[in-house]
Amino acid sequence: MAAPTMNNRMIKWFDDRLPIFTFMHHELHEYPTPKNLSYWWNFGSLAGIMLVVMIVTGIVLAMHYTADANLAFGSVERIMRDVNYGWLLRYIHSNGGSMFFIVVYIHVFRGLYYGSYKSPREVLWWLGIIILLLMMATAFMGYVLPWGQMSFWGATVITNLFSAIPLVGDSIVTWLWGGFSVDDPTLNRFFSLHYLLPFVIVGVVVLHLWALHVHGSNNPKGIDMKGPQDSIPFHPYYTVKDLFGAALFFVVYAVFIFFFPDYLGHPDNYIPANPLVTPAHIVPEWYFLPFYAVLRAFDFDIWFMPAKLLGVIAMFASILVLFVLPWLDTSRVRSGTFRPVFKWFFIILIIDCVVLGYVGAKAPNDPLIASQESVQAANDEYNACVAKADAAGKNGEEECDKPFFVQYVHLGQLTTAYYFFHFLLLLPILGRTERTLPLPTSISEPVTKGGAGAGQ
Amino acid sequence: MYLATGAFGALGAALAVWPLIDSMNPAADTLALSTIEADLSAVETGQRITVKWRGSPVFIDRRTDKQLQEAEAVDVSRLRDPQTDAERVIKPEWLVLVGICTHLGCVPLGQKPTDDRGDWGGWFCPCHGSHYDTSGRIRKGPAPTNLVVPVYEFLDDSTVKIG
Repeated sequence: MAAPTMNNRMIKWFDDRLPIFTFMHHELHEYPTPKNLSYWWNFGSLAGIMLVVMIVTGIVLAMHYTADANLAFGSVERIMRDVNYGWLLRYIHSNGGSMFFIVVYIHVFRGLYYGSYKSPREVLWWLGIIILLLMMATAFMGYVLPWGQMSFWGATVITNLFSAIPLVGDSIVTWLWGGFSVDDPTLNRFFSLHYLLPFVIVGVVVLHLWALHVHGSNNPKGIDMKGPQDSIPFHPYYTVKDLFGAALFFVVYAVFIFFFPDYLGHPDNYIPANPLVTPAHIVPEWYFLPFYAVLRAFDFDIWFMPAKLLGVIAMFASILVLFVLPWLDTSRVRSGTFRPVFKWFFIILIIDCVVLGYVGAKAPNDPLIASQESVQAANDEYNACVAKADAAGKNGEEECDKPFFVQYVHLGQLTTAYYFFHFLLLLPILGRTERTLPLPTSISEPVTKGGAGAGQ
Repeated sequence: MYLATGAFGALGAALAVWPLIDSMNPAADTLALSTIEADLSAVETGQRITVKWRGSPVFIDRRTDKQLQEAEAVDVSRLRDPQTDAERVIKPEWLVLVGICTHLGCVPLGQKPTDDRGDWGGWFCPCHGSHYDTSGRIRKGPAPTNLVVPVYEFLDDSTVKIG
């Protein structure tokens, strides 16, 4: 690649000493990009835009926020009421978290459908998963900062997950808390890390883009670019397309900020944190609900492993399985477009994840189908039967038939099992057995018959 | 030679990192707040009170005879975390528990007479549905162990020191 021609002598002088203009020209201007990218390819740059929005609003919010268990809640209310445009900054930031996740989830599922994790993009994929994990940690700690009831109890439940680790679990939890419960030391360190981690994410995003630019973007056909006929320069074609997508995205984002600013939040978080009262129903933010459902799916022990540890392992495994996905999916065809069977299972996987999220929002032992009243009646009958048998000197719990109802937790178990089935069993087998459709010889071929592929 | 240098460097780095890691453990002033005394003189039979110890609620339950009988009548071998009621109390009338569900740390309901006390009349954790009996033992739900009995002693008939 030749250096760009530079007419401005100042810029040329600088570029000779630090070739940053040449670098930007290569990577943002002439960077050859597949010419068939669909709008599904907008979400990577949207995620980058959201990261910038979150960092900028976060830095300004931090100027007004006080990380102290007695003052945090009040300082957030002050931002909402007294700080100039504080309400706007906070709503941009709090809804921005949700927007960031929706964009990233679409970006991930785009990659899952079009096989963007496959050779030679495995490291690119790994870096993306690391970004996702860092985002989750950042979002979780950010949600604690307003120090409302959901903040406090969310932090309590999630940090308690680590107590499931054998032997050292309790020491780790005490270390995480800096005390014997979630309290002031916890809040302070969460603030510190919530400020740090976004910049770590920036670092990993740089690596993610670096890895991307080595082999270039995947594309809806999932086949490699075979020559200059198959590509167009990034600028102006994709800069314009990304900006257009961003404009539409900001409309949706603004609707939330200005019309439904608390729709994605939880009203309990406008109650100051109270360590002595747990809210009736602790739910995480929507973007964690599927993982929460996986966590709670294990209400039984297996061998020596208690249910709590299993749930924690399963929850982390649901993301870590993505690291080995490039080797689990044995199909040599990247794009789902040419995989007629995979396509259907991909749709089922999306439905599965949505159902997991739905289950995550519900109380696990509520009946799924039967009405609350009929369950109550059956339970009363059972308890009466047990009491009667116990009074007669028998073992009531063995004598009486326990009523069984399909509960949300059962649906959670089914969908969790399917999630792991998809990655661990289905994809390895499907890759070997599926008859894929014939691939076009080049990106251009389906459009201009005998285009780039035949022309070479 | 490389190995020795590397090992020495790694040891040095670990020693340098340790203060950073240990600084996140509870500080001296946090540890200093680790005992409290509770006055029991105003607690009626059947009443439950909550006191705060190390940032967490502690349940003190002056049990009725009925609750006591229920707690003692249980066939211990059928429990997930087998413990007799006698092992969990100093004076049978007074049950002292850390009010933190052993599952994921919510505060179980049951301190108020109007609360849902679960199927065994003890405590019920609303977060993930663990039921505890009148001895604070896990009977149903995801929690792995009984509610924790803190270290405590009776200073006199109406004062208990926790911690």
